[in-house]
Amino acid sequence: MCATCGCSGGAVLQLLPAAHDHRHSGDREHVSSHDHSHDHVSSREHEHDHDHGQDDPGHIHIQGPADNERTVILQQKVLAKNDEIAERTRSWLRARGVLAVNLMSSPGAGKTTLLERTARELAGKLRLSVIEGDQETALDGRRIQAAGAAVVQINTGAGCHLDAAMVAEGLRALDPPSGSIVVIENVGNLVCPALFDLGEEAKVVISSVTEGADKPVKYPNMFRQADLVLVNKTDLLPYVDFDVRSHAADLRRVSPTALMVQLSATTGEGIQAWYDWLRRRAPAPHE
Amino acid sequence: MHELAITEGVVEAVTGRLPGSKITCVRLEIGALSGVVADSVRFCFDLVTEGTDLQGARLEITEPAGRCKCRVCGSEFEPDGPILLCPCGSADISVLNGQDLKITSVLVA
Repeated sequence: MCATCGCSGGAVLQLLPAAHDHRHSGDREHVSSHDHSHDHVSSREHEHDHDHGQDDPGHIHIQGPADNERTVILQQKVLAKNDEIAERTRSWLRARGVLAVNLMSSPGAGKTTLLERTARELAGKLRLSVIEGDQETALDGRRIQAAGAAVVQINTGAGCHLDAAMVAEGLRALDPPSGSIVVIENVGNLVCPALFDLGEEAKVVISSVTEGADKPVKYPNMFRQADLVLVNKTDLLPYVDFDVRSHAADLRRVSPTALMVQLSATTGEGIQAWYDWLRRRAPAPHE
Repeated sequence: MHELAITEGVVEAVTGRLPGSKITCVRLEIGALSGVVADSVRFCFDLVTEGTDLQGARLEITEPAGRCKCRVCGSEFEPDGPILLCPCGSADISVLNGQDLKITSVLVA
């Protein structure tokens, strides 16, 4: 529920600065995945039925009236608006020298635990901040804040994924410094987040050994796009029926290029490969 | 259930392009590889359009089949389901068709 206009479906954003940061804690802002009726989007389009010499993407073409209805050709991508915002975000991040990573998994695979450990162990070595997406509560945001990273918590309410507008708003509140990394912890879900470009540079998917090893072929849209797949909770391998080799083979069936790293965010085993991956991609700070 | 957000995106796009017009029909193209379930969009449509200029509009969906090209053997194929494997066994493929998710046209009263 949006505090400004009372509309439903609006996401709520809360800035949780790092402990050493002097910004106010708990500032709540409103961010919405949709345009409000009070947001006037300027439109240069107008309706007309005369002929054009050339195609103008801003024009809407109307075919002659048939009975009392007329057809308006739109040929517009449904996610065009999201993709435009994501592209703007990507350009902004590159110009500033900030690496954004979209971290996705099913609920409970260990996204927040991984980020807690990463924030703690890379403190002083890499500037890391987090955009934390959950349907409700700032619990995860507070966990990562306690580990030392600046966090923007976004509650999507009814939404099952983050979208580009929420992340753009989150980045404005976070104001990440040049040379830093922003990890966007998406809502725990292997289906919906696969469809929404957030403006990130890389996609990382966590699959944990307490899940089925066949997750890549069950959720191919998600795993196909992954640059890196982290197989988490390897400390539990002796107790579960998870075949790492068949997981790797299933991943290859949907993505010939994704890297796979095994680690335990709880014990720290294998986590160096994740840190190395982040360090290799971290941009040099701009002057 | 991203189809709810997708359907909201459709309403937003149409009302943004044609503000104040009474829409009587919306035609969508939902490719077989778009990751969107046409039936779920149908389910959401009446709910999402209520109280908008699209209320009561008919929804027509075409679902073009997927088409892929294998980067290893070079053959083109129609994938069997969402796992895009070439019959030669390679997963190294490019998608030629079927990923689109777009509003092709609308009817205005």
